[in-house]
Amino acid sequence: MSDKRLTLKKRLHILKHHYRDSKWAPAFNALHTFLYTPDETTHGRGTHVKAADDLKRTMNTVIMALVPCLLFGMFNAGYQHYSAINGYPENFSLFEHFLTWDNFWLGAITVLPLVIVSYGVGLAIEFLFAVIKGHEVEEGYLVTGMLVPLIIPVDTPLWMLAVAVAFGVVIGKEVFGGTGMNILNPALTIRAFLFFAYPTWMSGDKVWVHGAVDRTGTADAISGETVLGYLAQGNTAEMAQKFDVADMFFGFIPGSVGETSTLLILLGGLFLIFSKIASWRIMVSAVIGSLAMGLIFNWVVDMGWIAEYSKFYSLMSFEYWKHLIVGGLAFGIVYMATDPVTGSQTNRGKWIYGFLIGFLSVMIRVFNPAYPEGVFLAILLMNVFAPTIDHYVIRGNIRRRFKRWQNAKIYPRISEEKQALKAETV
Amino acid sequence: MSKDIRIKKGLNINLVGAAEQTTSKAVTSNVYALNLEDFHGITPKMLIKEGAEVKAGEPIFFNKKIEEMLFVSPVSGELVEIVRGARRRILTIKILADKEQRYLTHDKIDLKKADADEIRTALLKSGCWPFIKQRPYDIVANPDLVPKAIFISGYTTAPLAADVDYVLRGKEKEVQAAIDALSKLTPGTIHVSVGNTSTSPFSKIEGITLHKVSGPHPAGLVGTQINKIDPINKGEVVWTIAPQDLIIMGEWLLTGKFNAERTVALAGSAVKSPKYYTTKIGAEISTFLYASGVDLKKFRLINGDVLTGYKVRPDGYLGFYNNTVTAIPEGDDYEFFGWNKPVFNKISPTRALTFSWLKPNKKYDLDTNTNGEHRAFVVTGLYEQVFPFDIYPLQLLKACMVKDLDEMEQLGLYEVAPEDFALTEFVCISKQPHQKIIREGLDLLYQEIG
Repeated sequence: MSDKRLTLKKRLHILKHHYRDSKWAPAFNALHTFLYTPDETTHGRGTHVKAADDLKRTMNTVIMALVPCLLFGMFNAGYQHYSAINGYPENFSLFEHFLTWDNFWLGAITVLPLVIVSYGVGLAIEFLFAVIKGHEVEEGYLVTGMLVPLIIPVDTPLWMLAVAVAFGVVIGKEVFGGTGMNILNPALTIRAFLFFAYPTWMSGDKVWVHGAVDRTGTADAISGETVLGYLAQGNTAEMAQKFDVADMFFGFIPGSVGETSTLLILLGGLFLIFSKIASWRIMVSAVIGSLAMGLIFNWVVDMGWIAEYSKFYSLMSFEYWKHLIVGGLAFGIVYMATDPVTGSQTNRGKWIYGFLIGFLSVMIRVFNPAYPEGVFLAILLMNVFAPTIDHYVIRGNIRRRFKRWQNAKIYPRISEEKQALKAETV
Repeated sequence: MSKDIRIKKGLNINLVGAAEQTTSKAVTSNVYALNLEDFHGITPKMLIKEGAEVKAGEPIFFNKKIEEMLFVSPVSGELVEIVRGARRRILTIKILADKEQRYLTHDKIDLKKADADEIRTALLKSGCWPFIKQRPYDIVANPDLVPKAIFISGYTTAPLAADVDYVLRGKEKEVQAAIDALSKLTPGTIHVSVGNTSTSPFSKIEGITLHKVSGPHPAGLVGTQINKIDPINKGEVVWTIAPQDLIIMGEWLLTGKFNAERTVALAGSAVKSPKYYTTKIGAEISTFLYASGVDLKKFRLINGDVLTGYKVRPDGYLGFYNNTVTAIPEGDDYEFFGWNKPVFNKISPTRALTFSWLKPNKKYDLDTNTNGEHRAFVVTGLYEQVFPFDIYPLQLLKACMVKDLDEMEQLGLYEVAPEDFALTEFVCISKQPHQKIIREGLDLLYQEIG
């Protein structure tokens, strides 16, 4: 049979045998299993049938939940850019002002390179490690690679992103043994690297709106302060004039690429809960945690314990539930806190873990003097504590078993009994 | 007295090809075989050589560690072959059956008068002892240990497995005899669990505590019932025995003959007309497989059910503990973009573009494809949905993988058998071999702590 008459399936099958045991096998298999689920069958022992989903499907579901955020982020990048230049429209109309070709085009040429660099560098390192260490290319980076462009400012230079991704994948994941073994969320490790390595770039009022950096110092200079940025500086009135609650909820505000639209994040979260891919326990308790901290701050302000000229006043008096619709809190709760590898693994632990993430996020957000946001720091911190939380939850189970054991009915061995009987008769 | 056990966590796997409740007599097999893999952890020491004649019920080998534990021939005939594997380990013992069966008869035991010691010795001598399994470790019971209770599950929830009520019908006398004997061997209770809607033959049996169980699989697994009724603690021993084995044991007690006859369900979507057959332990599966018709070229034959059984070839032999044989299609084919297409024809615990949750009662025709590759543990919280024990399954599996004996003990390895992890293995997104991990963990614990 000539090669031309072979189907793609057959040809790939032949190639698989060709590459078997060679060092390129992991790289080839990654491409092959991307096109076709393998012909692997269950072993002779153990279950002979398996459930329908695998890790690829799981990761793919998270990516599907992220796509609306990505598309919105593209439109928003253009919208924020043109609005900053021309002034925010008085009577905002979704179709006239937001969903326009100009906005999308500008967004696409600024956001897509971020996506390409993120996937390109990250997957290259994953493939490299897979080939060197001879393990399969695992799917973890598919989600990380999508998360990264969504949680960084739109004007992040591509080389910075490339360096950060390389750092995050190697130090955040591969040194621990790859997908499933890491302690810190890789996407947040990348974000944290950017934050600590290039602090002047990653904060302030310039990076959040495309073009603001280029125009600095020129006559056309524009400001792209985020809602939290305004509050940190005490410009509450100016912020309120520019953005209302609807803007914040629907996402027509400056911020990291994909994290501004609370509505789409909410829908993504509901989809993930419905599909049972992400833990609803973590999401619900993180929301409760952030509301609790917000209420405490509001209460402190109500009690008059903090003066109006204090630099924390604006953020502390910000209504407690609004914390959920600005900044990266909602995005972090839905897509990052629920990472099953770095989060708590027991159901009770998930409640504690989620609550503390919400609680600490708002706390850090208010008290962080350098940068008015705290979700990623809170999640990274709780990533470190997640095993401890699980440890104490599991101790409870072990203690229960230990208590039961104290009443155990242990009968002597029959041989021992016979020996004792013999001894007595003698 | 009956008590109710309601299981909430779990998953019913509905498959096509359930055995119809009619029984035929299988063609008599020429060769019968004992598969040594069935007796986990037993080192056999042969009593007879190749070419020797045996009667049904005559010992052919014993357990090297516990010498009084005898294993007997299911049929009379000539021992034709001892199949050995690596390092001369015995794999299979084959016996060419006589046309006319001859039985080794023992003196009958007076169940009312006999004491525990007498019954124990008699059962060990009869070859019925290996039917009794012990937890912890899920091995043939050690006759030197006294169990705190005996558990029997009279309820089937495993996919396509033989229905206990049907198999036991008309065998009440034998079951009663076996229960009478067993009850002398434990100072505790004999717990029997039946389905809450069933008309189980067990309801007429005396000397047991009856429990009514409801809920999805694994409600029918004896391990689940032990965990809910009287969980095993460190140092304790419980025995389990399968209902179909009570019949053989009971018949031996009543007549002195070891009659290895058994009603076997032949099921699975690869079988044309799945139904029940009466045959004997160790019979060639082909003697009843082809009578029902197999309409596939590539199928997998399983000794047992699809979750816990093991693969055999059609010319293989019925296992010592099995009363189910399943045949399902082999799934050795690629599927284009199978990992992100919507899935309608497979079962899934998630709803990630999988739609089995829409029709919970639909019957599926699953094949043996793994639907994905082996990965590290990533997703959490999924096992807990199908695992009704008060045990952390993921943590226990990891403790077994890193061979941490303390953790294994503390997290409850004494309470489980590999079959209890069949459902978590089924739903595992990372396609990890849970039952193998647990088996190796149990073996290690047995070896180190015993």
